[in-house]
Amino acid sequence: MPMPVIKNKTPMPFLDAKERTKNFDEVATGYTKEDALKEASRCLMCKNKPCVAGCPVGIDIPAFIKLITEERFEEAYEKIKEKNFLPAVCGRVCPQEKQCAAVCTLGIKNEPVAIGRLERFVSDYAEKSGKAKHNFCRVRTGKKVAVVGSGPAGLTAAGELSKEGVAVTVFESSHEAGGVLVYGIPEFRLPNKVIKKEVEQLGDMGVEVRFGHVIGRTKTLEELFEEGFDAVFIGAGAGLPRFMGIPGENLNGVYSANEFLTRINLMKAYRFPEYVTPLKKMRNVIVVGGGNVAMDSARCALRMGAENVYCVYRRTRAEMPARAEEVEHAVEEGVDFRFLSNPVEIESGETEGAPGLKVRRGGRKDSAGRVQCQRMKLGDPDESGRRSPVAIDGEYDFIEADTVVIAIGVSANPLLLETSPGLKLNKRGYIEINPDTFETSIKNVYAAGDIVSGAATVISAMGGGKRAADAIVKRFRGDE
Amino acid sequence: MNESSAIEILSYARLAEDVFCVKFFAPHIAEHARPGQFVMLMAYEKSERIPLTVAEADSAEGSVTVVFKVLGRSTADLSLMKQGESLYYAAGPLGKPTEFPESGRAVAVGGGIGLALIFPIIKEMKKRGLFVTTIAGVREKKFLFWEERLREGSEKFFLTSDDGSCGEKGFVTGPLKRELDASNDIKIVYAVGPVVMMRTVADLTRKYGVKTVVSLNPIMVDGTGMCGSCRVRVAGKVRFACVDGPDFDAHDVDFDELISRLTLYQDKEKEAASHKCRCL
Repeated sequence: MPMPVIKNKTPMPFLDAKERTKNFDEVATGYTKEDALKEASRCLMCKNKPCVAGCPVGIDIPAFIKLITEERFEEAYEKIKEKNFLPAVCGRVCPQEKQCAAVCTLGIKNEPVAIGRLERFVSDYAEKSGKAKHNFCRVRTGKKVAVVGSGPAGLTAAGELSKEGVAVTVFESSHEAGGVLVYGIPEFRLPNKVIKKEVEQLGDMGVEVRFGHVIGRTKTLEELFEEGFDAVFIGAGAGLPRFMGIPGENLNGVYSANEFLTRINLMKAYRFPEYVTPLKKMRNVIVVGGGNVAMDSARCALRMGAENVYCVYRRTRAEMPARAEEVEHAVEEGVDFRFLSNPVEIESGETEGAPGLKVRRGGRKDSAGRVQCQRMKLGDPDESGRRSPVAIDGEYDFIEADTVVIAIGVSANPLLLETSPGLKLNKRGYIEINPDTFETSIKNVYAAGDIVSGAATVISAMGGGKRAADAIVKRFRGDE
Repeated sequence: MNESSAIEILSYARLAEDVFCVKFFAPHIAEHARPGQFVMLMAYEKSERIPLTVAEADSAEGSVTVVFKVLGRSTADLSLMKQGESLYYAAGPLGKPTEFPESGRAVAVGGGIGLALIFPIIKEMKKRGLFVTTIAGVREKKFLFWEERLREGSEKFFLTSDDGSCGEKGFVTGPLKRELDASNDIKIVYAVGPVVMMRTVADLTRKYGVKTVVSLNPIMVDGTGMCGSCRVRVAGKVRFACVDGPDFDAHDVDFDELISRLTLYQDKEKEAASHKCRCL
């Protein structure tokens, strides 16, 4: 086995931090062929392939990397597509450092192979060469499956089922396919055209998407079966945003991250007034939270013209759940991190001072003006294994802010669950499934993604969608 | 990828000053729409997603009718669409359907655009055998529409206008107070219209201890419980109008907060409106 000669990952070319905050262009511009060949050559091609087990959809990573080293890029793409329907998406947004790359043998002594960057390179290469148009399906089985939601779980399930000859109809409540990929993840991290291309491929395979269909309201699960579907896959996403429950949270200028990102990404508020959906003008923005959604919100706020963007997080950088690369990018772009800090009140732009004396902060009475944050310290580890934040009594900071974005997670969306009697939920309000088959308490109804796990990653939702699709196909074969 | 069949506009009418009625083809929505529910619409690809209450749904025809007042750019765009054109997007029916008492007397109060929105409520209540009194209020006569429809659908009908140009001069609370004084078996008051009207109705009925339901109209983006834009404070708790409502117990609603949240994008509306003017 040749010894690795390159200790570090081939760097990804990025747009300049100062320039890129002025637009929504993709920040990471992608490997060149030379970059890709160099990076692929770092792979040890080890026999035990820990990376494959680290991938939620089980891509044969060494195999596709080997094909890259042989400059057989289109075949490398086919290799990935065997297991992953959305490689151009995953290459961009997967937290590889926690999955495949976390267990990379090369990573024991050096930096692990930049698997995601290679995955993205071959996907973009195949797209440009036209190879990405190619999709094979088995002979039609005569079976029909309804897929609820066109996010990562739904798209993957649709692709897998379609490949096995199952007729798939996707019911999407929104006006665009992609779920969190289009409303949540910003254009500068995952361009819309990348998602569109991947979704189009499903269309080429015969997958039908019906927009404006809110399952639970437009049709119930029962009606889907009455219509002739043999099984239903639910990939509806988690949904309902969580707020902090602190005073001032309903002031104007306070948004859930879901709303803030939806206005910008799905509704394209950054192209207002050409696109009609507005966003309030913002100068000082506080984003509360330390996950990827918080990073996306903070970086969007900069691009929307905010002068100061603060990220307030109650623990420290070490405990942040966000991808390391997103945090680095946010720092480079000028996001001001305030660690060990937790908002306790959002004050309005015009607050009462001493009796009869109005203190104006240049804001409005009905809008956010300033946020009071409690100083925190780290205590003992909690159930997540991270050190828990503990309030330091009586110590506060005040940050001026006309806009506050709450990015502290979501809870189960009640819409489908309330209208689906018989669907068993776990104690957190998410759908309970058989962990082996992803089948719910209702026969032939399967579920995966955030509606089962609570907010997680794109790839874990895809992994769930894939395994549920496998189980559905197995059930069909048993039925035949 | 196959798209849903076209959401064609079947008919279009101007009902009153700035008030329009659009009937569109959406069998998937018409089939299940119940009184009190709403739809999310986009006129064009670049439009906002706006919530509009279903004024009528005909499952045989596969049609849904909405009535709206031109308030900003998106409603203006919708008002300019013609018969035969197609909406870019329609989703629904959304929100929880209105709940009705088993029997007894009910009062439906509609103000402004609410004249249309109480119509399905009145129809349903009558079908269920309730004794329905309808009170319709407008600012002035040029905003009045569907008077005949509402009158025919109700046992008793009152019309008020702020300036006395039609019906009795004054607010809806005039006839409402008389009804409340005259009868002690009013089971429910259902009020739809401008927030100030709903608040005034709630203040009055609270004194009589009569259950009152309002349909709230906060700003929405997705309308399916995902964004939290439509949060309203009800009985001290934050609720989402799109999935927990839009109907709420009027006596528990924080109307002041709702009014303040509704003003959020007024300056942006002006900007969007002037943008359109440049284009035309």
